Amino acid sequence: MAAALLRRASTSPSASLLRPLSGRLFSSSSDESVLSIETSVPFTGHKIEPPSRMVDTTPKELLSFFSDMALMRRMEIAADSLYKAKLIRGFCHLYDGQEAVAVGMEAAITKADGIITAYRDHCTFLGRGGNLVQAFSELMGRQAGCSNGKGGSMHFYKKDASFYGGHGIVGAQVPLGCGVAFAQKYNKEGAVTFALYGDGAANQGQLFEALNISALWDLPAILVCENNHYGMGTAEWRAAKSPAYYKRGDYVPGLKVDGMDALAVKQACKFAKEYALSNGPIILEMDTYRYHGHSMSDPGSTYRTRDEISGVRQVSRERDPIERVRKLILAHDIAPASELKDIEKEVRKQVDDAIAQAKESPMHDPSELFTNVYVKGYGAESFGADRKEIRATLP
Amino acid sequence: MASLQMAALLSAPSTPVTSDRVRLGPLRLSASSSSAARNGGALVVRSEAKVSGGGVSARGLSLITHAVAEKAAAASSADSKPGHELLLFEALREGLDEEMERDPTVCVMGEDVGHYGGSYKVTKGLATKYGDLRVLDTPIAENSFTGMGIGSAMTGLRPVVEGMNMGFLLLAYNQISNNCGMLHYTSGGQFKIPIVIRGPGGVGRQLGAEHSQRLESYFQSIPGLQMVACSTPYNAKGLMKAAIRSENPVVLFEHVLLYNLKERIPDEEYVLSLEEAEMVRPGEHVTILTYSRMRYHVMQAAKTLVNKGYDPEVIDIRSLKPFDLYTIGNSIKKTHRVLIVEECMRTGGIGASLRSAIIDNFWDYLDAPILCLSSQDVPTPYAGTLENWTVVQPEQIVAAVEQLCK
Repeated sequence: MAAALLRRASTSPSASLLRPLSGRLFSSSSDESVLSIETSVPFTGHKIEPPSRMVDTTPKELLSFFSDMALMRRMEIAADSLYKAKLIRGFCHLYDGQEAVAVGMEAAITKADGIITAYRDHCTFLGRGGNLVQAFSELMGRQAGCSNGKGGSMHFYKKDASFYGGHGIVGAQVPLGCGVAFAQKYNKEGAVTFALYGDGAANQGQLFEALNISALWDLPAILVCENNHYGMGTAEWRAAKSPAYYKRGDYVPGLKVDGMDALAVKQACKFAKEYALSNGPIILEMDTYRYHGHSMSDPGSTYRTRDEISGVRQVSRERDPIERVRKLILAHDIAPASELKDIEKEVRKQVDDAIAQAKESPMHDPSELFTNVYVKGYGAESFGADRKEIRATLP
Repeated sequence: MASLQMAALLSAPSTPVTSDRVRLGPLRLSASSSSAARNGGALVVRSEAKVSGGGVSARGLSLITHAVAEKAAAASSADSKPGHELLLFEALREGLDEEMERDPTVCVMGEDVGHYGGSYKVTKGLATKYGDLRVLDTPIAENSFTGMGIGSAMTGLRPVVEGMNMGFLLLAYNQISNNCGMLHYTSGGQFKIPIVIRGPGGVGRQLGAEHSQRLESYFQSIPGLQMVACSTPYNAKGLMKAAIRSENPVVLFEHVLLYNLKERIPDEEYVLSLEEAEMVRPGEHVTILTYSRMRYHVMQAAKTLVNKGYDPEVIDIRSLKPFDLYTIGNSIKKTHRVLIVEECMRTGGIGASLRSAIIDNFWDYLDAPILCLSSQDVPTPYAGTLENWTVVQPEQIVAAVEQLCK
């Protein structure tokens, strides 16, 4: 069957859609026909020719976007309730609204490419192949957590999927990410590393230091600014003299991307990967938005209006990443609305099951306090300054 | 020389010590610590001149005796003696070179380490030999290049990050503390950080306050970090090699004034234990614990003390974190008096922690309060005389011992 090319007309939300020429029934998710969809916002380039607005995708991919993002959204909402129920403590930074970045990026890269991000890492972890039980166990501090329950919300890691975390100190992950890119170049792996940071972290000096070194050494590092326009309570225009984060690399090219559009993210990441492998670092700025406050202790409404938040979410404004993909799926007859509703129900159930399973996971034994401080083996035998294992009897 | 083969002298429960396996443990080159293609031919030499560890080198060597570098004696150079003579910075370079040769994942990062050859010539010639991708000149950006070193260590590389002066690494403190020290723990053991951070520190010759810092006191509470201080060419090379081979992040403290020390070191390959202290001079009356440059002040004072009839036991603790309480403890059990001589500040220095550790473990063996001689709590002045008064001088050490032994 010839691939049916469907073109999405201009940017208006309810543009008329061309029906496919072949009378295809509702496709199953195994349909691999290529769809070319135009991103609603063009890319803006800094010292580089931006990629095309036409993104190739398949119905299968769109459905996977939908279910992955729905899973991520549900996970974050569930984490919200768990936090309010005091099962998750400390800091909890939620990613809902920004799912398109995680999902679009995964679609463009492999597990050999590295990703490192800051503390808003739950969904990135899922995107890298982490499972819900590990995530919830880690949030609740149980042994089954991805970091053994010792890291917490801000320290999710998955080494086998090249997910380098999960870091609490703003901006410190970017030099780490450039270091991973250095190792990839050193080992001639042909892979790239995406170092994610926020608009708040974009003002950190170490970013520019790392960028300088990466540009000097031609490292395959891609710096991705997830610009959700607020660094905790400070709006971007109050923190940065130049909020055009994609331009701040100066000698390093940059691309501004609509971060709420998973397809645009995918296109940009694919483009950036090709660029970085041969030319050195590039900056991507993802224009995105978070619905929750900075963290669970921040209501998120003292520095922005509720109207703004709901304005971004509303279907008619079309920015919500999940709604956007839902509309695409419905418009291209990839699946009926009821199937999408079923997916959402299924996702809800998965999350609930995972939470129940995570609650079953045991709490730690006191001896776990001292494991993994040092790597045992050559040259290292003990934990304290006293060269012995301190065994504390905890009540 | 006190034997270390005895039951655990620490009262806290620990793994049971069998008769042939001392607390130090046989230090094997663990096969897991390295990637493919390792030759396990290194001997691990411990300070009481016992050899342990797997794999006797194919060269079938006789025992390497432990060389004590006293300032005067080192200069004698009979050609018939085994080994070769070199300066401390050359010993560091030799260790680094051997490790880079042996393991392709070892790389060096720092300011002016490549083309310039290193500000103290520790990396001279390495860039020509190994190329720009393995000996990397960084811009002046400690925070980020230390971070990059740590990031690459997360993937399995073994970078050696040089701070041109240890004091500059304060700029990288966040990376060293949070990422270097803690990543292994917060990732639940997923990531290892086999990085070595090294550089010269300590009070030099009128270098000024900012260039005379002793960072061992700042780094000592970072969990997950190991710290060692070298003091002779012999232990410099051995510790450098051990640090590179270690799976844990190690900070190797060198001293600006010790780079030109000359000593004859063995030709054969050797690696020292990171956690072991060095017995410099066995004695009976008092235990003097010291490290790095102060070792030489202590040895100078020891000459005076010997003339006065005292018999000090001098131990170079070498391992600043964790402390080698076995060697130290054995010594205290023998002498019952302790003097700590260090270059750190009085407040919060290595001596302060060591004192607490000794009190916690060996209180019953002490006949006198532990004396600790440290540098004064002042920024190091530029003026030569004032600078001399900041650090501990041999006369003060002699006076302290006399007071202890009263």
